[in-house]
Amino acid sequence: MAELQFREAIRDAIDEEMDRDESVFLMGEEVAEYNGAYKASEGLLDKYGFKRVIDTPISELGFAGIGVGAAMNGLRPIVEFMTFNFAVLAADQIINHASKARYMLGGQLSVPMVFRGPNGSAGQLGATHSVAYDSMYAQFPGLSVIYPSEPDDAKGLLKSAIRNDDTVLFMESEQMYGMKGEVSDDDDYTIPIGKAKIKREGDDVTIVATGKMYHIAKQAAQQLAKDGVEAEIIDPRTIKPFDIEAVVKSVKKTNRCVVVDEAHPFGGLASEVGFLIQREAFDYLDAPVQRVTLPDVNAPFSKPLFDLWLPDAKEVIEAVNAVTYRG
Amino acid sequence: MAKKQKEAFFTPIGTDESNNGKIDKAVKLPKPTKKKHKDLGLSDDDVLEMYEQMYLQRRFEERAMQMYQKGKFGGFLHLYIGQEAVSTGTVFALNDDDDIITAYRDHGWGLVRGVSANEGMAELYGKATGCSKGKGGSMHFANVENHFWGGYGIVGGHIPIGGGLAFANKYQENDRVTACFMGDGAVDQGALHETLNMSQLWKLPAIYVVENNGYSMGTAAYRHTVNEIHERSKGYGMKSAVFNGMDVFTVYENMKKIADEVREDSMPWFVEIRTYRYRGHSMSDPQKYRTKEELKEYQKTDPIERMKTYILDEKIAAEKDLDKINDRIEEEVLEAVEFAENSDFPADEALWEDMFADEPHFHDRKEA
Ligand SMILES: Cc1ncc(C[n+]2csc(CCOP(=O)(O)OP(=O)(O)O)c2C)c(N)n1
Ligand SMILES: [Mg+2]
Repeated sequence: MAELQFREAIRDAIDEEMDRDESVFLMGEEVAEYNGAYKASEGLLDKYGFKRVIDTPISELGFAGIGVGAAMNGLRPIVEFMTFNFAVLAADQIINHASKARYMLGGQLSVPMVFRGPNGSAGQLGATHSVAYDSMYAQFPGLSVIYPSEPDDAKGLLKSAIRNDDTVLFMESEQMYGMKGEVSDDDDYTIPIGKAKIKREGDDVTIVATGKMYHIAKQAAQQLAKDGVEAEIIDPRTIKPFDIEAVVKSVKKTNRCVVVDEAHPFGGLASEVGFLIQREAFDYLDAPVQRVTLPDVNAPFSKPLFDLWLPDAKEVIEAVNAVTYRG
Repeated sequence: MAKKQKEAFFTPIGTDESNNGKIDKAVKLPKPTKKKHKDLGLSDDDVLEMYEQMYLQRRFEERAMQMYQKGKFGGFLHLYIGQEAVSTGTVFALNDDDDIITAYRDHGWGLVRGVSANEGMAELYGKATGCSKGKGGSMHFANVENHFWGGYGIVGGHIPIGGGLAFANKYQENDRVTACFMGDGAVDQGALHETLNMSQLWKLPAIYVVENNGYSMGTAAYRHTVNEIHERSKGYGMKSAVFNGMDVFTVYENMKKIADEVREDSMPWFVEIRTYRYRGHSMSDPQKYRTKEELKEYQKTDPIERMKTYILDEKIAAEKDLDKINDRIEEEVLEAVEFAENSDFPADEALWEDMFADEPHFHDRKEA
């Protein structure tokens, strides 16, 4: 194991895949000369040159589509968005084209590519820079969506994503890039897409959380342990395909569940997982599933409002208290 | 490097590789106007006011930067320093009820369009007394009452909105002109091109202005866009202009002429104003993409220094009069910092306010 920052894990995954496969290239705003807006592509230009590490204009729709076309025509693009908040401009290419072209043409082509970049909020950047899009893309058939929480997951899953023969959205977080963690130094380390990981074992309540929210859940679990409540944290890592079996198995043990989701409440990961649990494990539940999400309100700039807006450990603890009927 | 390999490059290579130590010029400044203020119909007082406006923008941002570095507030902070002649010349050229909209580098625009230093600084601090009640921060200054429709953070996102403001003005036959400002980076967004086409097609009374400051974040203009920016409008048969944005008179002269014409014939314009950003893109920019020498070259054309020299040369005011203005501004800005620090943050309930004009509704709102 080696201790790496999240950004280094991402960089290494890209580096290894570029090294291994000539058809893999990286493209996006400031990825080359600037080494990435968040330094996630540090050194890649030096190593692979201007042909394979490409700075784009601010033309999200255009370069996302150029990625789709290049993927159809034999390459394996990694298209970086400075954040998924700007990928909204490219949504037509992701939703109408990358996810649908193969099906529409009866399987004659495929779109093996990765769209990646930070997801969700990164502090006080205001309403247009703060939305978590993982659930939204998970709505669309044909796409895989990954939102890892730790460097090890990031490395193994990004390598799998790059090798996947279909379109994968790989989400990161500005606030996690500096975070350190042990990363496997196995040769060619990959993690299968769609497999959850039990990150903490416990018998009293299941907490489902990924991405940035995993760290909030972890804080909450540490607090709760002091009060004698042992939470089991399941990190799905992949939003879609979603590993419902892992969650159901845990809920059958704990009989209670809280889902923490960085998106707004309507029709997101939390509601989907809540639905599946009630269908698959109804008889095992000792309390209705609870969720912690953003409120149904845009991100405010002002610090105290922003803190109020973003889910925190306290809200997770309250939700756990609700499902365990603790006062 | 082997030729074949080089030909397979996509984006042109940048500073590190190409300049061989010579000073790169990120943007070529056209010659400023030779006209004196009187030739342009500006009084001595107008000139002093222009100076004051530019100085206010400069000092406001220098103080803001200081406060940011002290950790007084967070978020992004994109400084307009170096570009003040563009906002100032434009606002003097337009009527007060002409509409202005811009991107996130918006402090200068707010200040010249009636956001007070107090309200501006309070917005940076996220205070309830800010021009956008602390909801928007640095990127979202606005004073809608004074026809400044705000700063927007999605590159290119506000361009069609500028077209929409102009559309409504034409619809309402009110003779107002819309000026929509964007960075050179925004030129590469499809939104611009769709908007230019419809504007020409529908004869919208709008001026689309690119503030070409040489860089889009760390990418020099020649590395992100091809050909001359102002010539983009040719394909749409749209009138265009390019001029110097480091000289407030040049901006004033051209924008006045263009605005008058738009008011007359309701045909849109596409304009490139060349200027230069002195500071980093935002506060965390190591600026490795340009040399200190390049920056110094442009600082020699500083719009405020230039104005000061003009005022003294033309004997519009004496050095001590300018000092008095400077002192007044200095005080105004310091007071603004104090005002911002002493102001309250928005109350918790404000989180839920301003979402709807009509009956508010929130999905699954938890009771406090
Ligand atoms: C759609 C979108 N893509 C990317 C960004 C990130 N971003 C913010 S500013 C910027 C550079 C814009 O440069 P330019 O338009 O020249 O304006 P300037 O900063 O020079 O005023 C980029 C890439 C964004 N805000 N929105
Ligand atoms: Mg620029």
